[in-house]
Amino acid sequence: MTSAAEIVTQVERDDVRARWLLSAPALLIIFFAAIGPLFVMLAYSVMVKGDYGDVRFGELSLDGWFSVLFQRDIFDDTIGLADAHLSIFWRSVKLSLITTLVTLALGFPTAYFIATRPPHTREVWVFLVTIPFWTNLLIRTFAMQEVIRNEGILNTLMIRLGVIDQPIQLMYTDAAILFGMVYVYLPLMVLPLYASMEKLDFRLVEAGYDLYATRLRVLWRIIIPLVRPGIVAGSILVFIPSLGAYVIPRVLGGGKSMMLGNLIELQFGAGRNWPLGAAISITLMAMVMLALLVYVRNAARSGAQHG
Amino acid sequence: MASGRTFDLRSQPAFSFVALFTFFMLYLPIAALVMYAFNAGSSMAVWEGVSLRWFYEAAGNERVQEAALRSAVIAMFAALTATVAATMAAIATTRTRPYRGLTFKYAFINQPLMVPEIVTAVALLIVFSRIKVWTGYSGLGYLVAAHSAFCIPFAYLPIRARLENMDLSLETAAADLYATKWQAFSHVTLPLLRPGIIAGFMLAFVISLDDVVITEFVKSGGQDTLPTYMLGQLRRETTPEINAIAVAFLLFSVVLVTAFFFVNRRKV
Repeated sequence: MTSAAEIVTQVERDDVRARWLLSAPALLIIFFAAIGPLFVMLAYSVMVKGDYGDVRFGELSLDGWFSVLFQRDIFDDTIGLADAHLSIFWRSVKLSLITTLVTLALGFPTAYFIATRPPHTREVWVFLVTIPFWTNLLIRTFAMQEVIRNEGILNTLMIRLGVIDQPIQLMYTDAAILFGMVYVYLPLMVLPLYASMEKLDFRLVEAGYDLYATRLRVLWRIIIPLVRPGIVAGSILVFIPSLGAYVIPRVLGGGKSMMLGNLIELQFGAGRNWPLGAAISITLMAMVMLALLVYVRNAARSGAQHG
Repeated sequence: MASGRTFDLRSQPAFSFVALFTFFMLYLPIAALVMYAFNAGSSMAVWEGVSLRWFYEAAGNERVQEAALRSAVIAMFAALTATVAATMAAIATTRTRPYRGLTFKYAFINQPLMVPEIVTAVALLIVFSRIKVWTGYSGLGYLVAAHSAFCIPFAYLPIRARLENMDLSLETAAADLYATKWQAFSHVTLPLLRPGIIAGFMLAFVISLDDVVITEFVKSGGQDTLPTYMLGQLRRETTPEINAIAVAFLLFSVVLVTAFFFVNRRKV
């Protein structure tokens, strides 16, 4: 005789097994075409590079990881820092940070503006931010090129106004990448900022003014602390894709202004150094994971405060 | 708000100005792109009057036709696969007490969102190039597989949201009326879930259609999709033909996304 408790356990066990079977297709597809390859890449990063790309299978070497930061002099074999790689690492981090700051400076007032509209018009403003967000990344990058190229709107306008005589060469510079990244990632800043500003309790703002605070003081001491989770979320959402950007620097930066994504491509293309490319990819992934970890810890902390 | 008050609590200096400037900047580049698509001349610099010339040229370009068709085929298969897999996974991970492995499944399903696309792209290049050598197969299957994987989290999102907001009492009623598990699912759960599934499919379709990076690295020779074709063209001296392609693409995405919003908004 089976007892009621045993039957319940059996039913629960069957339920969990059915749930594993149901999720199997999704898990298998992601394992085969997303997660699994990352482990293969990890293995490739510690192999000897092949002469025409690929690797010599099974021959282990740490050269790939070594060349991420260092290089051997071709003549006297001394070890020095790989300046070319370091400058690309630095450019990626620098441009991503500036992009985050500029999108915050533009996005904060924009989100605030939307959040203080009458409720029925808010949706329209949000929709206006969402449309560019859903537009193809390549098309938006190409659209930015229309604005900043030598014969583009920006230069034509400034020449007409007499600000400059000669078009400013923006294309293929760091500034061009910056323009592109700010433009493309701006909605990722505005949307989470808006989500937290929408919940802002204006009675607290009123209390501030009642206590003779200036507008700046209210902004700094009341509004910004209250929407801090939105600021952090928006910053992470902009910083992470900026760091891994590939299309924007390829189109607007050309070969002159490379970011990490382009350095990785180079190793799998003309550079024919797959282990190095794999090692840089894993480094980039680690940087992104680190940023995510900061975000998760921050979210947990602000959650604890409110809970 | 109290009557007669002249002090606006909500206003902050210059905020509205910056906001309107931002909205202007969001649409200016797209407006420029659209405008030049209608340029009669072949230069990207000089405006020579309005014409539909470049739309006809793009529509008549065989490589554009092939790329557009290929994009649609890949997006269709990938979105279908992703939606079926995501629907099953959503049913398996909602409306249950936490069980061992549930968090693991969440992490696994959302993983494609966490890793930079370029990293996934080169990892797939490594694995697929070896499989190509082993099997000799170099068809569209690789692209469909790669797209299915990164579409799953996008399809999963609206389906899961729909399931979580669903009323359990109807299924209980079906069970009370001696419906089998499968009957209750196909006659009650599935019809209620349909808007979520449609929204998930549309989202997955747009995401697949838009992909540049992973496609660029996984595709074999002669397998350009519309975005990778455009990326290739941007390297050369471009004509407004590429603007015309971009405008058509843009219009299609906007229609699809607007439809998505309406499907997703419908009440349970």
